[in-house]
Amino acid sequence: MKILVCISKSPDTTSKIAFTDGDSKFDENGVQYIVNPYDEWYALVRALEIKEANGGSVTIVTVGTATDDTVIRKALAIGADEAVRIDSEPTDAYFVAMQIAEYAKSNAFDMVLTGKETINYNGSQVGGMIAAGMDLPFISLASKLEVNGSTAKLETETIGGLEVVEVDLPAVISCAKGMAEQRIPNMRGIMAARTKPLNVVAPVPFESLTSFESYALPDIKSACKMIDPNNMDELVELLHQEAKVI
Amino acid sequence: MSIVVYINSNNGLAKSALEAVTYGNKLDGDVIAVTCGSADESVLSSLGDYGASKVLVDRSVNSNDSMQIANVLKTAVEATGAKTIIFSHDLIAKAVAPRLSVMLKAGLVSGAIDVPNGDTVQVNVFSGKAFGNVKISTDLKIISLLPNSFQPESGGSACPVEEFNGNAGEAKIRVIDSKKPEGDVPLPEAELVVSAGRGLKGPENWDMIEDLAVTLGAATACSRPVADIGWRPHHEHVGQTGVAIRPNLYIAAGISGAIQHLAGVNGSKVIVVVNTDEEAPFFKAADYGVVGDAFEVIPRLNEAIKKFKAAN
Ligand SMILES: Cc1cc2nc3c(=O)[nH]c(=O)nc-3n(C[C@H](O)[C@H](O)[C@H](O)COP(=O)(O)OP(=O)(O)OC[C@H]3O[C@@H](n4cnc5c(N)ncnc54)[C@H](O)[C@@H]3O)c2cc1C
Ligand SMILES: Nc1ncnc2c1ncn2[C@@H]1O[C@H](COP(=O)(O)O)[C@@H](O)[C@H]1O
Repeated sequence: MKILVCISKSPDTTSKIAFTDGDSKFDENGVQYIVNPYDEWYALVRALEIKEANGGSVTIVTVGTATDDTVIRKALAIGADEAVRIDSEPTDAYFVAMQIAEYAKSNAFDMVLTGKETINYNGSQVGGMIAAGMDLPFISLASKLEVNGSTAKLETETIGGLEVVEVDLPAVISCAKGMAEQRIPNMRGIMAARTKPLNVVAPVPFESLTSFESYALPDIKSACKMIDPNNMDELVELLHQEAKVI
Repeated sequence: MSIVVYINSNNGLAKSALEAVTYGNKLDGDVIAVTCGSADESVLSSLGDYGASKVLVDRSVNSNDSMQIANVLKTAVEATGAKTIIFSHDLIAKAVAPRLSVMLKAGLVSGAIDVPNGDTVQVNVFSGKAFGNVKISTDLKIISLLPNSFQPESGGSACPVEEFNGNAGEAKIRVIDSKKPEGDVPLPEAELVVSAGRGLKGPENWDMIEDLAVTLGAATACSRPVADIGWRPHHEHVGQTGVAIRPNLYIAAGISGAIQHLAGVNGSKVIVVVNTDEEAPFFKAADYGVVGDAFEVIPRLNEAIKKFKAAN
């Protein structure tokens, strides 16, 4: 089983969100990057479990610049065999997905796993686009994944419910909560990660279809109105008259 | 010019479907709703009330297979000459819209919260902590609308429903089993939500939360640790790594308001926080705050709402 896991970086979840250059760029000052939690906790860990049970290999791929190498090493420390960095700024989901699809097509993977979404842009786009670029089925938001020979059995979220589905491999799968338990890298993993291959490959020419022009922060909430805990009638009155939500 | 709006009609018409048609109607063009499956014609024709001029239904597709749905939409876009395709940003859109984007080479914006301003569309980014303006460079545009950003507006009349052959192709995904939605209102669609966290001490104390939810007609939610330790089902977990919701009213009891929790709920129109600790960070994000013990305040609030409902 040859598995490709798509790894992106995202700002540490406690990062202060601010913008520079006339609100056109994310302010990276003092921001710590982590492996996007969905990619790390679910996609990568499940891929490693499948490899441990069935043999094979786990490759991670990132579309990014040299500044992403620390995040890539972190993912290697969790246990991936090797990493590929497609050397380009990830300009939009389409561009990223086309790069990964081109790379994956020429390397015969049995599965391509992505996270549910990146927590910075929350697009949930890249996985479905990779599948389209490779003309493969896409199983979105899987919370369980079992492999049996050349078929995968998955549990996926549906609107308010659950579905159990089966698909012939190769396929592209986006991974959500439930898929695996978070793994903390140990010292041995961190040491080993330093010498694992990190292959930098050149991007293929593709245009982006979208671009972020500017950003804005939400208005600061006006001060919270405090209500006497013994006077819930007042709260109900405010919710009705002032907030108009009941 | 035509606008194609994808509608999931498998479980009737959800509010988010009506929002998507309403949104399409705010753009300049003829709104054509496209759906798959076996919904009744009378149900589908009611989309006309919200501004659809007709509904195209491909009855050959009976699953959520994103390849099939994307094929049907591509055929519909080509047949109608539509330049804009609208989705509601739900689980189906998250699989279908990206595929369609590649098939049509159409720029996709997901999580839109406003109508386009020229070629740019406003979206939520950083898990609701900021907004971004995304420019679509292609002529064909796909917009996936964040649920609960627009209220459905009716006022039109029933529209014709036409059978449509969308050349869906074969399903590649075999459905083995499916579990129907739990609870009455799926959490992402709920207008009122009552939520609780670790401050409730144990799963046996959730009765008062459920009672309040029943009185209000609200859905229930929880913080992540509560779902992780199994006090509550996983699908109730809201936040950065759980479900993101934008209800009209979010009541949070015994939740500290960690930034990762806020990321999933800060799109709520009104937030009420009940916490014993007046320093709890959640109060900074709240509209109304009650410093007090949830075990006393929540039952009291329930009684007050019952009284209010009886009088109104
Ligand atoms: C990468 C990452 C992702 C995360 N994603 C999420 C996420 O998606 N969703 C999420 O919720 N969390 C998430 N977390 C966890 C988050 O940081 C907090 O740890 C979590 O939200 C805290 O849950 P809580 O408020 O229920 O519990 P606590 O922090 O323990 O707070 C309990 C609160 O209850 C109050 N309290 C105690 N007794 C009472 C009483 N009798 N009446 C009223 N109030 C009382 C306390 O004052 C306290 O404020 C994430 C963390 C990380 C690192
Ligand atoms: N620059 C990138 N390099 C590699 N994988 C990525 C990149 N951006 C996104 N992904 C993958 O695509 C998933 C969905 O991302 P998004 O569409 O941005 O929400 C992520 O969870 C990653 O697995």
